Amino acid sequence: MAQTPYEVLGVKPDTSAEEIRTVYRKLAKQYHPDLNPGKPEAEERFKAVSAAYDLLSDPEKRARYDREEIDESGAERPPRSYYRGYAEGAEGRKYQPEGEMDLGDLEDLFAAFGSGGRGRRTRGGEGFKARGGDRLFTLTVDFVEAATGGKQRVSLAPEQWLDVTIPPGITDGQVLRLRGKGGPGLGGGPVGDALIEVHVAPHPLFRRDGDNIQIELPVSLAEAVLGARVTVPTVTGPVTMTIPKGSDTGAQLRLRGKGIQRKKGPGDQYVTLKVVVGPSSDPELAAFLEKWAPRHPFDPRQGIP
Amino acid sequence: MIAFEELLGRFVGLDRRELTRWVENRWVLPERRNETWIFREIDVARVELILEVRREFAIDDEALPLFLGLLDQVYDLRRQLGRLCDALAAQPPEIQAAVKKALPRTSNA
Repeated sequence: MAQTPYEVLGVKPDTSAEEIRTVYRKLAKQYHPDLNPGKPEAEERFKAVSAAYDLLSDPEKRARYDREEIDESGAERPPRSYYRGYAEGAEGRKYQPEGEMDLGDLEDLFAAFGSGGRGRRTRGGEGFKARGGDRLFTLTVDFVEAATGGKQRVSLAPEQWLDVTIPPGITDGQVLRLRGKGGPGLGGGPVGDALIEVHVAPHPLFRRDGDNIQIELPVSLAEAVLGARVTVPTVTGPVTMTIPKGSDTGAQLRLRGKGIQRKKGPGDQYVTLKVVVGPSSDPELAAFLEKWAPRHPFDPRQGIP
Repeated sequence: MIAFEELLGRFVGLDRRELTRWVENRWVLPERRNETWIFREIDVARVELILEVRREFAIDDEALPLFLGLLDQVYDLRRQLGRLCDALAAQPPEIQAAVKKALPRTSNA
């Protein structure tokens, strides 16, 4: 049997709204999941307390509950992602206090806790060797840089930088491993690695499709009907492209080798045309079409019921 | 990843001036990109937490840096402790046993 919201908050059914708020705030502070990172049960309590307070803090809902018109579950709450769900992961590092020790450096850790690490570590004879820890970093690159490859610098610590080569065609979320750039090893053990999680920012024009790139290009009515030479942006810079006479919206043109710049054979860029009429109030064009259209009947919606 | 404008619309009672100030105070660390700020999921969750502690726990601008500072220290310690545990778990059983033996018991054991 579920608890009533009064039981959840530990108050009597005749408790005043003011008092309920005080009790709720006290419980919420006590059980807030972000203040109880190691206790899953705290989240359950917090949810229960929040739900109970949701119901009891609304005089109308509380009255309806008292009249047994609604049950204790009251309104539904959307699922929420708590901060603690991220804070302990690698992404939480960005909020790491400055100047804090890092476990990659066990020497520092022993020093921080004053345990004379060196002496203890060698107790029990020689032979204790451990590989240094891996260090995690995140890096965001432009779409264009992800397509063509490049170099980026990652800050390891103040005044300490690591040059990272971005391979062409890297995808969002891919992790690069830089051997020997992590924490130092123990007792002569090997140095750990630096792991770099790369995020690719979306681009307003380019869209990726495997090793190819898609782009939509607006063209004027005249360019579509008469053909034209136009400049098109690509990840390696603008190029000139010929639009054939009589092109239509949706026509796709290929720019060979202008896609993701893979070392062994780059992908292509596909340009999808979109005919744009432009200022529709152009009286000259309207006058022309009024005479022209009746002599050239054409139904673009043929086949659409 | 969501942009500044989009985030403003996500939470009731979050206004532009306030969120700008949080970013300027480095309470939240979005990435600067093309004239706007981009928030990752962790940043969004942190914004929601800040909103909540201000509103429900009555923590004001004076106390908030202290609150966040302590919070960040706790999570940093937990992250480091987690890595230490991972490293220990990857050791051969004899090393694990030696560490276990060397750990002092807490007083109420």
